[in-house]
Amino acid sequence: MAAISREEVAHLARLSRLAVTEEELDMFAGQLDVILQAVAQVGEVAAADIPPTSHSVPLTNIFREDVVTPCLTPQEALSGAPDAEDQRFRVPRILTEDVAS
Amino acid sequence: MTTTLPAYDEVVARYEPVIGLETHVELGTNTKMWCGCPTDFGGEPNTRVCPVCLGLPGSLPVANKAAIEAIIRIGLALNCSIAEWCRFARKNYFYPDMPKNFQISQYDEPICVDGYLDVEVGGETVRIEIERVHLEEDTGKTLHVGGATGRIHGATESLVDYNRAGIPLVEIVTKPIPGTGALAPEVARAYVTELRDVIRTLGVSDVRMEEGSLRCDVNTSLNLPGAEWGTRTETKNVNSLRSVERAVRSEMLRQASVLDAGGRITQETRHFHEDTGDTTPGRSKETATDYRYFPEPDLVPIAPDPAWVAELKAALPELPRVHRRRLQQQWGLSDLDMQSVLNAGAVELIEATVAAGTTPAAARKWWLGELSRRANESGVELAEIGATPAQVAELQGLVDAGKLNDKMARTVLEGVVDGEGSPTEIMTNRGLEVVSDTGALTVAVDEAIAANPAIADKIRSGKVAAVGALVGAVMKTTRGQADAKTLRELILERLGVQG
Repeated sequence: MAAISREEVAHLARLSRLAVTEEELDMFAGQLDVILQAVAQVGEVAAADIPPTSHSVPLTNIFREDVVTPCLTPQEALSGAPDAEDQRFRVPRILTEDVAS
Repeated sequence: MTTTLPAYDEVVARYEPVIGLETHVELGTNTKMWCGCPTDFGGEPNTRVCPVCLGLPGSLPVANKAAIEAIIRIGLALNCSIAEWCRFARKNYFYPDMPKNFQISQYDEPICVDGYLDVEVGGETVRIEIERVHLEEDTGKTLHVGGATGRIHGATESLVDYNRAGIPLVEIVTKPIPGTGALAPEVARAYVTELRDVIRTLGVSDVRMEEGSLRCDVNTSLNLPGAEWGTRTETKNVNSLRSVERAVRSEMLRQASVLDAGGRITQETRHFHEDTGDTTPGRSKETATDYRYFPEPDLVPIAPDPAWVAELKAALPELPRVHRRRLQQQWGLSDLDMQSVLNAGAVELIEATVAAGTTPAAARKWWLGELSRRANESGVELAEIGATPAQVAELQGLVDAGKLNDKMARTVLEGVVDGEGSPTEIMTNRGLEVVSDTGALTVAVDEAIAANPAIADKIRSGKVAAVGALVGAVMKTTRGQADAKTLRELILERLGVQG
């Protein structure tokens, strides 16, 4: 059984706002399936007493003091932007989603 | 679309509401959550940004210790347990308000859990259970440009300012609150008010709803008595305490009209409109699984040292509820009187007025009387009315000094609210001062006595109550600028009668 369905790939593409063709869906579903199957093999050897690893170094509580450091200038900040207007990043509007979370 | 809404009384007789509140508080730290960019309000676009908050390749976030401390203090003040160990999580979504395509938040491991906040409503204490308090980062501001810019295809562009992106944001989520019945809107408002006061007392945020440093989403559902809870809607864009109450009420009415007509409630985000008090459907929300949360690999877990937590707990300031109880005793108020002070949002205002030298009774009289009336009329919070505690204290000082009588003081106060200046300035500018020159008053009194011989005789023969007519006559000639009590005594004195 496939680890990821064609519908799931289509859903992920929609969440990422990627326009994926029908042919690409078939291709990506196949490729992602191979990757997920390989990763699933690791799950098979992990016993119940081994917690999932989220961090490879056993550190906690790395904090920074609440002290202001220099910012970029707006020119620097916008220098890598594909487009800018009124000192703001200009991006295609995400239609039907007027309000941010 | 105009649907006739059912009456509120009928709605709460037929249905039981369940509410829930999600509140976002922007912390007042000097710097952002993961980088040293300043957080001050109102800078030019994209002047408070750096590689970290712009999500540039190779940059790494580091947690702001002051923000961690602030959220632990909030959690402790809300009687929460503080997690011994927790992680941040990535919330993935594709929207340009975050430059990284994800927001760093907390998912299944919030730093504070299982607390409560007691609020007073209608003389009763309602315990609001807190499910969680977690830390995340605020988003940037998007400005949608359309036809107004003159471009034909302009409606497809957004302009983004990332100054706000990365400012520490605390989200406080209640458990569902059932059983409040008709009081649900008031409970919602009382909770947000109390929460705001707690956070302000902690000094970790300026909690100003109008500037967006306190934002509230309100969940509402209705069910038939004894039935399972209904489908809830989430109302956003609720930008004042008054709106919290209005939003719950209006959503209860709307849902009841849908249910009455045999319809079903759709689980959705709705938008509150300040002008009409209505809600309209918002964007369809992605579901939790669509956010593909996973532990944030760029930030190490937090494990607050229990000794540090204990230290923070011991150093918590006196919280508003305890503080209010102390004030109630000092001011000698009954529970009911204190409740009306609280409902009016006048506790701090009266406290500050008393601190400026006014008696508690006089301070309460102005804030709950004239000023509350004006605030209600103009639909603003009492604290935003335009009169300050110092001005009210100054006004009462003029009354106490015998320079203003009650009626004139009200007129002066109107002037203060309308921005005409300080009480003393208004008194002078408008020529409103009690005629304390007894010489001038005596002349006016004698004239009144001469003009009303019948009344004067009545008073002389012992009918002291008739003095009111002469007081009225003198008030007329002095255009109300005499102190009624002084005047009464003076008239009796001139007539040789004992008051």
